[in-house]
Amino acid sequence: MKTHDVAIIGAGPAGMAAAIEATRNGLSTIILDENPAPGGQIYRSIETVPDQRAALLGPEYVSGRSLAADFRACSAEYVAAATVWNIDAGLQIHYSIAGKGSAQVTAGSLIIATGAIERPTPMPGWTLPGVTTAGALQVLLKAQGAINDDVVLVGSGPLLYLVADQMLKAGNAPRAIVETVPSGQLLKAARHLPKALKAFSYLRKGLSMMRRLSKAGVPVYGDASSIVVEGTNKVEAVRFLSKGKQHRIETTGVGLHQGVIPNQQITRLLGCEHHWHESQQCFVPALDDRFETSVEGVFVAGDGAGIGGAVSAVLRGRLVAMRIAEKNGRDTRLEQRAIQVQLAQDAAVRPFLETLYAPSPENIVPADDVMVCRCEEISAGQIRHAVDLGAPGPNQVKSYLRCGMGPCQGRMCGTTVATIIAEHRQKDIKEIDYYRIRPPLKPLALSELASIESEPTRHTPL
Amino acid sequence: MSTPSTADLVVIGSGIHGCSAALHAALRGLSVIVIEKDTAGRHASGVNAGGVRRLGRLLPEVPISDRSMNIWNKISNLVDDDCGFQKAPQIKVAETEDEMEAHRERVRVLNDMGFHHETILSQAELRDYLPAVSDHCIGGLASLEDGFALPYQTTFAFQRKAVKLGVRFYENTRAQKVQRDGKNWRVVTDRGTFSGTYLLNCAGAWAGNFAQQLGEYAPVEAIAPMMIVTARMPRFCNAVVGATGRPLSFKQMENGTVVIGGGLRGIASPETNGSQMLFGKLKQTADTAISIFPVMKTATIVRSWSGIEGRMPDDMPVIGRSSTEENVFHAFGFSAHGFQMGPGVGELMAELIATGETNAPIEPFNISRFTTKH
Amino acid sequence: MFKRVMTEIRNPIHIEFEGQTITVEKGETVAAALMLAGHGKFRESSVTREDRGPFCLMGVCFECLVEIDGTPNRQACMTLAEDGMKIRVQKAAFEEATR
Repeated sequence: MKTHDVAIIGAGPAGMAAAIEATRNGLSTIILDENPAPGGQIYRSIETVPDQRAALLGPEYVSGRSLAADFRACSAEYVAAATVWNIDAGLQIHYSIAGKGSAQVTAGSLIIATGAIERPTPMPGWTLPGVTTAGALQVLLKAQGAINDDVVLVGSGPLLYLVADQMLKAGNAPRAIVETVPSGQLLKAARHLPKALKAFSYLRKGLSMMRRLSKAGVPVYGDASSIVVEGTNKVEAVRFLSKGKQHRIETTGVGLHQGVIPNQQITRLLGCEHHWHESQQCFVPALDDRFETSVEGVFVAGDGAGIGGAVSAVLRGRLVAMRIAEKNGRDTRLEQRAIQVQLAQDAAVRPFLETLYAPSPENIVPADDVMVCRCEEISAGQIRHAVDLGAPGPNQVKSYLRCGMGPCQGRMCGTTVATIIAEHRQKDIKEIDYYRIRPPLKPLALSELASIESEPTRHTPL
Repeated sequence: MSTPSTADLVVIGSGIHGCSAALHAALRGLSVIVIEKDTAGRHASGVNAGGVRRLGRLLPEVPISDRSMNIWNKISNLVDDDCGFQKAPQIKVAETEDEMEAHRERVRVLNDMGFHHETILSQAELRDYLPAVSDHCIGGLASLEDGFALPYQTTFAFQRKAVKLGVRFYENTRAQKVQRDGKNWRVVTDRGTFSGTYLLNCAGAWAGNFAQQLGEYAPVEAIAPMMIVTARMPRFCNAVVGATGRPLSFKQMENGTVVIGGGLRGIASPETNGSQMLFGKLKQTADTAISIFPVMKTATIVRSWSGIEGRMPDDMPVIGRSSTEENVFHAFGFSAHGFQMGPGVGELMAELIATGETNAPIEPFNISRFTTKH
Repeated sequence: MFKRVMTEIRNPIHIEFEGQTITVEKGETVAAALMLAGHGKFRESSVTREDRGPFCLMGVCFECLVEIDGTPNRQACMTLAEDGMKIRVQKAAFEEATR
């Protein structure tokens, strides 16, 4: 089995930047990524995207090209299409390559750069074919140049407007934007504006997108609530209240978005401590000032460490790699300080965005009849009933109802289940906590178990 | 007579055995406190394979297992919940003639003891029960009236019924010391002291510590049996299946998922509640499953678990009175096959505690068997 | 409807979905190929047999599970289409299987 100084999981902006920086500092580095090409979600297809499509995706996206080129040029061993399915307590990483067999690797330090997932947005009808996340629409546009010419975007957050703007530029504006930001929210967020001005480019970009959409006549329904996706076997319409008035828009496609949250599967598997990030409304791994988790030698870079966006992800990826280099005897303190300054400036916009685009309460704590666990088809009401019977936390609710036991392994329901239990029991969500995550991290062919070689040595609690 | 922290009986541990004994003691009119360092069913009782099996039990366990089966057959009456219990054949597949002969011998012995629940299956009968079984399997041993249940649902149901009957559960409360206090027993925990006339040790993998405090030797080893679960598959197996010559326990649930266990162990860390899967070992389990059911070639593993369990050196539980102290009782060390016995052992422990005697043949399970050997 | 913008199929390959042949671009994921061909239903949910289709397209939600060349539970959004692939809707697993 191969041993490296550093193993990185995920080749998005944070992972690529960490690999470049780690190898620049002389660390032997391996980077495993589930996708066929580097870029992660934000820079998906960055190496192969045609110029015309790149132009409509915008300059921020295009900036990923040089990062990917530097990444390709660095000496890190890059394994594409590698699905990590277990990391044991000895930091031995098990991965399978495109379902064709399993391999193992160990490293002195592990950088988890698995980024974010879109916050699950349970609402009536959200399981109908034709409902996707807004991010999914963007994935199709980046990778395939595919666009849905009949879609209503629903929710809140910068990505919602970005997707709308990109669709508009591609000549297929969304039918409408149904925005869940309450009327008074801008005022609440305004106190963070002075700080946010330090990262003015983000605000300018946001405002110009909104202007373009408005000029193009894309209807925006603000202060939306009581949202229901209607249809049998597929989407037929979206119904909602906007500013007290009932609306119904017929459509065959819906793109949902309520922001993004860290993908915590691996940090949970490794038993890292987590805490609840109040303004981002999600669990984040507990990290020291330079992104090491409570498990020694395990670092988190990028959005998995708390949502910061692509620029921040690159900076944090570099910083983590420098820190590991420092542990290995390289003096990188000066460079680290410079990056810390850039990081702080980039993060200035976050409190404003997090307040303005706080997730919609009806998605955070859905009504009883809303399906929460999509795999095992468990409703919010069933979860509350299990709590009423005495199930104290997510693991007992899971054992009792099977929620979180399906193929997605709780990714789509975990945060919602914890939130529902906390609210129903009137407890602090930190105390309620999250599912215990067990291997395999992704479903694994039984036949693949045959290719496993050796046993781990060290063990710590999971 | 009881204050919040006193009762007739104090039980340490709220696995299936602690919950069942508490429930049955309450049915006999005792006031009961259960002390649990985590939450009910957190370890082996909540995360086992759920087999409700008389098949293949160690001979001294057979009568108790049979008694427990009678309770399982009307489990809803006891706990107001079906516990996900379903009758299903339990079958041990024989892959060689030697294995078949061993099965025939076992049936003869059981019949001599007066038990007739185990029976030989010919190759044709095996295929009737298991159409998907591999051609190389030549027959088997079966207990056709056994079954399976959902372990967490079961333990949770026992706990809830016990609560309904007035049993007080103190979860997230770690018992530290057991002490005699005049006629009573005191249990000192990290959240206060509890006391009762009787003390019952159902602490599973953690039970050895309490036995030691009572001056008894009980070499409990913490083990972590591993189980894997597949994504849902088309129905191909209605029985709970084991192999004879190699470790395997195999069951397709109602929902189509297949639970594969068989006693292979991960690493247990009882001091931290942790356990770790060793997938390298499961390679053998995977091979066995695929070889007995070729359809498993396309199976996908979606989950794995291992729950911490207490194992005794002779793989037999400790059931009965303390050998050193009066009014103290033990039921632990079920060595990864205690789930089915939970209802029955709880019932007989309550009988023993409340009346001072039971007609169940529990002598072989006495804790002193380790002392005398030692 | 999903459609291709500013692009067309340059390296065509053929896959089969429920017996119907679809021409797709080499290097496309199975999920994108099927969505572009107008298909929304990829599987039946495993409890109530509702129709389900791709949701996240980034490997997280497992809603796009299909049967590919006889192997169930394949993530369509993480699998690249290959010439000759035979893809079927993943049915809820209730049917009696044959040996």
